[in-house]
Amino acid sequence: MPDDLMDGRIVVVGASLAGLRAAEALREGGFTGSLTVVGDEPHAPYDRPPLSKQVLLGKATADTTELPMRRDPDADWRLGVRATGLDPLAKRVVLEDGESLPYDRLLIATGTRARPWPNPEEAALDGVFTLRTREDAAGLAERLAAGPRRVLVIGGGFTGSEIASACREMGLDVTVTERGPAPLVGALGGTLSKLAAVMQRNHGVDLRTGVTVTALRGNGTFTGAELSDGSRVDADVCVAALGAIRNVEWLADTGLAAGPRGIACDAGCRAFNMYGIVTDDIFVAGDVSRFPHPLFGYQMLSLEHWGNAVDQAEVAAHNMINPGPLRRPHLAIPTFWSTQFGLNIKSVGVPTFSDHVVIAQGSLEARRLAMVYGFQGRVTAAVTVDMAKSLDYYRHLIETAAPFPPPLGAQDRAIAADVPIPSDVPDPKGLSHGPTVALTGYLPDRRLTVVPPTG
Amino acid sequence: MDSETLLTRITDYANRPNPYPLYAELREAGPVVRQADGSYLAGTYHEIAALLHDPRMSADPRTRGAVTHKPPFLRLDDPEHHRLRTLAMRPFGPPHSPGRVDAMRGEIDRVTKELLGSFEAGRQIDVVDDFAYPLPVTVICRLLGVPREDEPLFRAWSDTIVASADVRPEGDSAETDKAGDQARTEMGLYLVNLAEQRLGRPGDDLLTAFANEPDPALRLTREELAETAVLLLIAGHETTVNLITNGVLTLLRHPEHLDHLRREPDLLPRAVEELLRYEPPVHMRERIPRDDIDVAGTKIPRGASVILVLASGNRDPMRFHDPDRFDPTRPDNQHLGFGSGIHLCYGAPLARIEAQAALGALLPHLGAARLVQDPPPYRQNAMLRGPRHLPIHL
Repeated sequence: MPDDLMDGRIVVVGASLAGLRAAEALREGGFTGSLTVVGDEPHAPYDRPPLSKQVLLGKATADTTELPMRRDPDADWRLGVRATGLDPLAKRVVLEDGESLPYDRLLIATGTRARPWPNPEEAALDGVFTLRTREDAAGLAERLAAGPRRVLVIGGGFTGSEIASACREMGLDVTVTERGPAPLVGALGGTLSKLAAVMQRNHGVDLRTGVTVTALRGNGTFTGAELSDGSRVDADVCVAALGAIRNVEWLADTGLAAGPRGIACDAGCRAFNMYGIVTDDIFVAGDVSRFPHPLFGYQMLSLEHWGNAVDQAEVAAHNMINPGPLRRPHLAIPTFWSTQFGLNIKSVGVPTFSDHVVIAQGSLEARRLAMVYGFQGRVTAAVTVDMAKSLDYYRHLIETAAPFPPPLGAQDRAIAADVPIPSDVPDPKGLSHGPTVALTGYLPDRRLTVVPPTG
Repeated sequence: MDSETLLTRITDYANRPNPYPLYAELREAGPVVRQADGSYLAGTYHEIAALLHDPRMSADPRTRGAVTHKPPFLRLDDPEHHRLRTLAMRPFGPPHSPGRVDAMRGEIDRVTKELLGSFEAGRQIDVVDDFAYPLPVTVICRLLGVPREDEPLFRAWSDTIVASADVRPEGDSAETDKAGDQARTEMGLYLVNLAEQRLGRPGDDLLTAFANEPDPALRLTREELAETAVLLLIAGHETTVNLITNGVLTLLRHPEHLDHLRREPDLLPRAVEELLRYEPPVHMRERIPRDDIDVAGTKIPRGASVILVLASGNRDPMRFHDPDRFDPTRPDNQHLGFGSGIHLCYGAPLARIEAQAALGALLPHLGAARLVQDPPPYRQNAMLRGPRHLPIHL
């Protein structure tokens, strides 16, 4: 092992889940040099999944979701300060306070932020929220605890649906608007989204699909919203659950392949520059990355998944301190979970990378099922509803590119398993929120031309 | 063919003290190995894990044509398994009873302390009879609501049932099966009677909860209650006794780790996980394919008996680094000690707490202890493997 890789200066930009796990893995792997972690939030790394669940329900407070450390990464923490620039030639990260941090190797783990309501004046109304940070969750939880007459949730993705679920559990009236045909359709496709719609309505959610919110109303304080179908929703609290924006602006003009869908990197988490040339010393991990995955046609995947942040951070850290032949690819099969309306939803693979689905076990009626997704005759994903222990079986089918539909013989196999139906994955443009998995390979951001470097 | 007699050799009592060389032979012979009697053995970690998760694999002995009445949920398939396991889980664990197991800690510590009361340096004790057996029995009695004094009664039934459930190569086992069925019926009646005595006179035990469930849709039938209660009572102690005993045996065989744990008791939870990998109480489980299936290139016909040798998977060098080494600090220890998949051990949270409490309390007494007999005499059972006695000198 060359000593120089275990020594030197590593800067990690991003102090959330991926940044923390990478810092720990660097030390675990034997890195003895100087380690600096930069984060724009003033807090130690904390966990986000509870923010839209337990915290809203008042079962935990927002300031108690600090992430446990596996080991002290012995890092110089720069919290509450934003990275504003990067000079890849001089190898320096510029911070908003003017300081510039020299590095030998850099890990970018800046993640995403909530997409705000697009009209800034309306977004500034008292009672209008987004939900991404600890402060967002604390503020929203306080409003919900005060018992508003109605809550309006804009966007029926996972975050929006979980917020609606929490509201109903607290006995609050809630309206969900979704531009697409049903909640969760962007992540799970048409069939399961119908179950999601039924679950929401059965739990008393006023679900409006195929509509958009055209304006938020209020005089200093939010009072209601107007919808594209001409109707109006009167509510005291509004949550814009419109998906996420990747934190890449600080990398503008660095020559890195950074755009609205994230920072492109190779399978070993090494960042690409805008010409698709891999960099030697800049690595990417977590929500802000997009990376090629062989099981999904080498499309550049962007995943907003907790598990991906952990796995990718560990691979990136390993590769930062190991020479080429010992480097590992990030080939983890994507997984995510959600709990809402009493259901436990777990996904493995990439459901949006599909053309057909079958219900392989259970049934929609039983509210307990395994839906298997196929693309061109092989299994690419599975989603279980209250059947999480079956997930590993489907993970194995995905890993081994097993034929679709999956083999017969399951005891609780649905009759529907014989009839593949179109997976009905919508164009992301038709959703009010971003999909949590973005397949970006066929959607180039812009035309690229070679520009010789100046200076 | 030698590998065709592996199951016979594994179940041979002479190999009970150390079946691990046979497991190595099994893994060497292939991920799945056909036995002369037409059954199959699976001994490699990844294949076992895959089979445990495969919805085409049945746990129900009736799938291979075995004549038996409806088994408890341990040996049922979904969706019936799911329904019964969920009902059994209601008074035991989350989401309906989240604090139940954790609330037993005080009780477990109290029982442990009581048992340790008479342990003095210089004395010889039997770890099984004096400690590892009475502790889980007392705990499960308390949890279920079974009088502790009835132990001799259900011990006989339990022995018979466990013997009948052992893994055996094909042969004449009609008598054992019949005795097992009879014991199950009698034990079931006994437990249903206890439960029915609680109607309207509730305690805070599981039998009370089962008998007094107000929602008819969530109520176990009399027969289901009998099967479930028998399962919980037996599984609640027959396995934990081996986990604790194997733990003491392993620690006494590895004094350096014993010292380490005495110095750093915080390591105990990890040490228990390593014990579950290194010397698990449950060595084998049976599954039956509902359709012809292919495992790593071997075709297994529907209805065949497939024995998953969990304890062999736990020692698979393709999965665990240096697997024959006992290492309480082992990272990434996803063992098969509690199985996996839909039948993942129902009682695992309780077993963990009991083993941690028992070994933790015993550690201070083991400083100068030595094994009187190594290997100790083992129980007959090959599936639920553990010492029958473990005499040690304190």
